[in-house]
Amino acid sequence: MKNKFSRLKKLLILSGKGGTGKTTVTSAFISLGGIQKYADCDVDAPNLHLTIPLSGEPERKNYYGFGKAVINKTKCVHCGLCEQNCAFCAIKNETVEIFECEGCGVCEVICPVKAISMEDYASGELMLYKSEGHVFSTAQLKMGSGASGKLVTAVKKQIPDSDNSEIVVIDGSPGIGCPVIASISGVDMVLIVAEPTISGIHDMKRIIDTAKHFSTPCAVCVNKFDVSIDNTEKIEKYCTEIGVPVIGRIPFDKEVVKAVNHCESIVNYPESKAAKALSEICNKLKKTLLQGGES
Amino acid sequence: MKVSVPLENKSLESPVCQSFGRTPLFALVDTESCAVEYLDNSAAASQGGAGIKAAQMIVDSSAKVVITYRLGQNAADVLNAANIEVYKAQDGTVIENIEKWKEGKLSLLDDIHPGFHNYGGM
Amino acid sequence: MRIAVLSGKGGTGKTFVSVNLACAAYKAVYVDCDVEEPNGHLFLKPCITKKEQVKVKVPEVDMSKCTGCRICVDFCKYNALAYINNKLMVFNEICHSCNGCIYLCPEKALKAKERAIGEIEEGISENVTVFTGRLNTGEVSGIPIIKGLIEKLSDEDTVIIDCPPGSACVVMESIRKADYCILVAEPTLFGAHNLSMVYDLVKLFDKPFGVVLNKCMDGENPSEQFCIENKINILSKIPYDEEIGRLNSEGTIVVRADERYHQIFSKILEVIS
Repeated sequence: MKNKFSRLKKLLILSGKGGTGKTTVTSAFISLGGIQKYADCDVDAPNLHLTIPLSGEPERKNYYGFGKAVINKTKCVHCGLCEQNCAFCAIKNETVEIFECEGCGVCEVICPVKAISMEDYASGELMLYKSEGHVFSTAQLKMGSGASGKLVTAVKKQIPDSDNSEIVVIDGSPGIGCPVIASISGVDMVLIVAEPTISGIHDMKRIIDTAKHFSTPCAVCVNKFDVSIDNTEKIEKYCTEIGVPVIGRIPFDKEVVKAVNHCESIVNYPESKAAKALSEICNKLKKTLLQGGES
Repeated sequence: MKVSVPLENKSLESPVCQSFGRTPLFALVDTESCAVEYLDNSAAASQGGAGIKAAQMIVDSSAKVVITYRLGQNAADVLNAANIEVYKAQDGTVIENIEKWKEGKLSLLDDIHPGFHNYGGM
Repeated sequence: MRIAVLSGKGGTGKTFVSVNLACAAYKAVYVDCDVEEPNGHLFLKPCITKKEQVKVKVPEVDMSKCTGCRICVDFCKYNALAYINNKLMVFNEICHSCNGCIYLCPEKALKAKERAIGEIEEGISENVTVFTGRLNTGEVSGIPIIKGLIEKLSDEDTVIIDCPPGSACVVMESIRKADYCILVAEPTLFGAHNLSMVYDLVKLFDKPFGVVLNKCMDGENPSEQFCIENKINILSKIPYDEEIGRLNSEGTIVVRADERYHQIFSKILEVIS
């Protein structure tokens, strides 16, 4: 009986704060590392697909989160009990405000004439692209939806397993909440892209705390480091103190903006300063991931 | 004694499932009579609190032992409250793990993670 | 007037624009609704005058009344309840405070109990009153904190609401009571793509809005293109400037340091009113 223990090595790229260059670094790593399986877990604002030339239509699947209340107006006797008892103020004048409803089901049980039922609500869509040996999993959460954690898990689950030691790269979302925590689950390593600004440092610390809270090894790289050498050094000092390796510094590079706007990975501009720095970081990461924990 | 193990297919030759709360099935094996039952894990479809719901089902099934790779804090609290022993699964099939448990070769699961609290888990 | 500042994408300069607008006004209130990662206070450095906890209600059981019927366990859509060994267990962090279990218990064994999920800080930074919302790590939803922040606003002041990034439920809650929305966009393809998401959001909520293009450089600007194609009002084009970048990275408020920027932001406020 074959032992189907996964040999996928999952690398998650996070930033705490938005705009540090997480997606740009992710796409560079995918190109440089010859990665064939990747996912975009920033389900609120997915961007990775903009940097990768994708051909063909993806497999699409609706994602159902919490149900939403639906009121049958013909049965309704206008008692107002549903509106009075909705903890989220989601019912006004016998109309359910879809974006406020959290699917708790209280209105359904409180209605004296059974005029309310909880119905499936597609709060997002999953997509799986497959072409030329590459697999790309992503999703889009519909506007106003919450509870994206489960959708993030669904995005990760779409990636097929492998018998070979292979790296999967996952582009995470900003923040430290629900979708980030869901993306950390089960990954082998977190790479934090930090930016050398006061906000960037503040948010980097919170994301390191979150990764440590879930006992996941992490490493940091400083992007646009030359915007402030001072702050870059502060970041490196802090990381050394708490035992988090800093594996590289990427300079600010206008070529990056150009590459992104042309839907290209920065590695198509191999002479650019950023591409060179990214290349080094990529090599270090591959070594760490493929060497560590060979079972 | 009833032992419960998460798995993905209705066969004791399957590997132990990596997830507890979101495993599709649990095997419930009576180690004395050798009877095997497969329980559908309705918690897998939950938006959140899957570990808790799955643990509640295990408690209700009268299992005294659970063998799993991982367990979140909330699910662990439920199993502990019911005095169910939790052992750490090893590489191998469900039946291999149960045999190892019988031989005292499995250790108790002591690295409980903080749990994914509604955030899903894989 | 309540002005919400949002952007589909993080890092475009929401906080930069919000903080500077508040400081450029004669007198204003700045509200940081990005409760997972509040950053405005790092620039404004307010002198704190008040701190209060934000609480939500969770169920507490009186086991002497509980008969183990499990109606509450079966009802809870969030699986926040379990009944083990004749004892009801409540999992507070995943409870959504819907009160359903309390309502349904036939023995009235469940009562609402308060617990803190975060805090709101009030302070002053020169001409700006600063409200900062903070969600405790590990908590599910920042919405109760945002609701608490919005409740504190009066109708008379100039209020700048610094929203969380994206267009999820927390953003909706932040813009719900706004009179005007400023969408901040950066000149990249990612920026334009995410601008279109918040554009959809403000249209859905029927809010008057305009765009501030930030970090503008020479060359193509996909976000500007998007605005032109959709006939969206561009309030201002703020150039990418190493000096701003440097000041910003040090936590300095540019309108308080440089008269040129004071003028740029004053103009935006003028155009809106």
